[in-house]
Amino acid sequence: MSEILVVVDHIGGAVRKTTAELLTCARRLGEPSAVYFGAEDGLIPGQLARYGATKVYVLDDDAYRDCLVAPKAEALAHLVATRRPAAVLIPSTLEGKEVAARLSIKTDSGLVTDASDIVRGEDGAVETAKPVFGGAFTTTVSITKGTPIVTLKPNSLTPPENAGATVPIEVETVDVAVSDAAKAARIIRRESRADLGRPDLAHASIVVSGGRGTGGDFDAVEAFADCLGAAVGASRAAVDAGWYPHALQVGQTGVTVTPQLYVASGISGAIQHIAGMRSSRTVVAVNKDPDAPIFGLADFGVVGDLTSVLVQATTEIDSRRASGA
Amino acid sequence: MNIVVCVKYVPATADRRFSAVDITVDRAGVEGTLCELDEHAIEEALRITEADEGEVTVVTVGPEEAADAIARGLQMGAHKGVHIVDDALHGSDAAATSLVLAAAVRRIGYDIVLCGMASTDGAMGVVPAMLAERLGVPQLTLASQVTVEGGTVTIRRESDTATEHIEASGPLVLSVTDRSNEPRYPSFKGIMAAKRKLVETWSPAELGIAPEVGPEAAGTRVSAFAARPARTGGQIVSDEGEGGVRLAEYLVAQKLV
Ligand SMILES: Cc1cc2nc3c(=O)[nH]c(=O)nc-3n(C[C@H](O)[C@H](O)[C@H](O)COP(=O)(O)OP(=O)(O)OC[C@H]3O[C@@H](n4cnc5c(N)ncnc54)[C@H](O)[C@@H]3O)c2cc1C
Ligand SMILES: Cc1cc2nc3c(=O)[nH]c(=O)nc-3n(C[C@H](O)[C@H](O)[C@H](O)COP(=O)(O)OP(=O)(O)OC[C@H]3O[C@@H](n4cnc5c(N)ncnc54)[C@H](O)[C@@H]3O)c2cc1C
Repeated sequence: MSEILVVVDHIGGAVRKTTAELLTCARRLGEPSAVYFGAEDGLIPGQLARYGATKVYVLDDDAYRDCLVAPKAEALAHLVATRRPAAVLIPSTLEGKEVAARLSIKTDSGLVTDASDIVRGEDGAVETAKPVFGGAFTTTVSITKGTPIVTLKPNSLTPPENAGATVPIEVETVDVAVSDAAKAARIIRRESRADLGRPDLAHASIVVSGGRGTGGDFDAVEAFADCLGAAVGASRAAVDAGWYPHALQVGQTGVTVTPQLYVASGISGAIQHIAGMRSSRTVVAVNKDPDAPIFGLADFGVVGDLTSVLVQATTEIDSRRASGA
Repeated sequence: MNIVVCVKYVPATADRRFSAVDITVDRAGVEGTLCELDEHAIEEALRITEADEGEVTVVTVGPEEAADAIARGLQMGAHKGVHIVDDALHGSDAAATSLVLAAAVRRIGYDIVLCGMASTDGAMGVVPAMLAERLGVPQLTLASQVTVEGGTVTIRRESDTATEHIEASGPLVLSVTDRSNEPRYPSFKGIMAAKRKLVETWSPAELGIAPEVGPEAAGTRVSAFAARPARTGGQIVSDEGEGGVRLAEYLVAQKLV
């Protein structure tokens, strides 16, 4: 069976959820091999085998950490040239998309970014589902040239539990001589973001967001989020006002989220905000304006003041839990 | 420091739709505009050259009407424009667009190629990285802040998990986000001056790359599209003092808590 390369999304060895989704897609196309950038001692092969990877290539070089994008693209091009995989699947992070971009030029291959699904088409081509225009349309796009490259958005599918049972996994260390040219953009300093003790926004299964309607007071939004075990997001208006960090902005120029539940509070529902949350399974809106466009998208909406509604909902859920109801 | 700014002409955000004829973006009767996110790239280029010196050229690959995007750039203060127009370009993929742009910026000559973070129609966010790859120069992309000192450029980038400070020396490709600056509005003087600025029109053939662009050469093929069905049956309640309880009940009924 043909080999499919899957780039592992991980933080210090802890594999992020997208990786399981990518491996699940890869199994439909062939035999998945994981590509792991980082020190081998952080790697837990079982995390990858569980979702069907039969092999993992470990690539460890300071350049992958200290330089922007180009070294990883070079390494992947080397793997494509030497292993001749049938496709390369990459997480749709900012970095992932840029790595994919460079790889597509190096290998003269077609590229689809931000896919929500990947299958083998009737004609044998790699076929993707791709939401476009802020999620208002979904397109079917096939890749017709070279080694198909696809980046997949997080939360696109639910990987079956124990999909690959635990198949034996082969670990192979790959050394690629990274060129000096690829090291030209150097990361001279990196500041990790403070851990807020909440789920990662892009991967969260529940997101509670606040907008200009919070007036800058996110207490009710945060308390409701914590009650649901949710990530907190914000509209650009809230970010521009300095009320919330840009890393937590949902929308076209922020993070795209695809949770089971999205709660928009004090957010009007501008097209650029919707672009980042439209694919949410269930949408709840709390807004004092009954004509706010966000209600047109909501499965459930409350017309009212967000603070009183969210505080009451938090209390109600807490008390139901306390009484075991 | 000579800067080439790549700008895209896009359909207005509210009017984005598909043509059932060839499954590409329907531009018929749709108002187009300079991509809002590319205004930040123009602004950054103007700031860099105002602080130092040099010339700003705006370049676009697009249909006849895309001349409007160049005109806007010139009104903001760019010095000249290059429009690469050709019917064969309709339906090109990102790789082909970057091929044409790379040839164009090479011919224009540059210290920095400046791009927006993403277009508002294709929205792939890949053309700047592709350009850097083709030109064989460093990429400093998705900058929320740019500092230029001598020949060295340093950016701040909000990556997926951290804030990174990245440095490279020119020539290079730089892209900026909507957080990098506040784009200026063209002044009356700027609008008048723009009328006298030079805009050159080139064809891909003149750049020596005609066969590699257009839908035939594309690496991807769109076979179908569908509008996302509108959400129906949404239930909207008015808060008469028990809105929070109703919300909690809904979440419980949906097994979301
Ligand atoms: C190129 C571009 C990119 C953009 N990218 C993004 C993006 O990524 N993300 C994004 O969010 N926006 C983005 N925007 C901005 C977007 O167009 C809107 O301006 C923004 O989303 C508005 O934020 P908001 O809904 O919080 O504020 P508003 O539109 O001002 O809405 C506030 C809402 O709060 C309600 N409200 C007020 N008080 C209360 C209360 N006490 N209780 C309940 N409701 C209340 C009001 O009725 C109103 O509906 C972008 C714009 C452009 C041009
Ligand atoms: C809905 C839709 C889906 C598409 N899907 C795919 C796909 O999956 N794969 C694929 O290969 N192509 C795809 N395309 C085609 C692709 O979008 C165009 O070829 C486009 O020229 C480059 O991609 P982008 O618009 O996403 O630009 P981005 O990569 O988002 O643009 C980033 C920056 O590059 C510069 N730039 C981009 N285009 C131009 C231009 N024409 N002239 C000057 N500067 C420019 C601007 O500075 C811009 O801010 C799609 C197009 C649409 C409309």
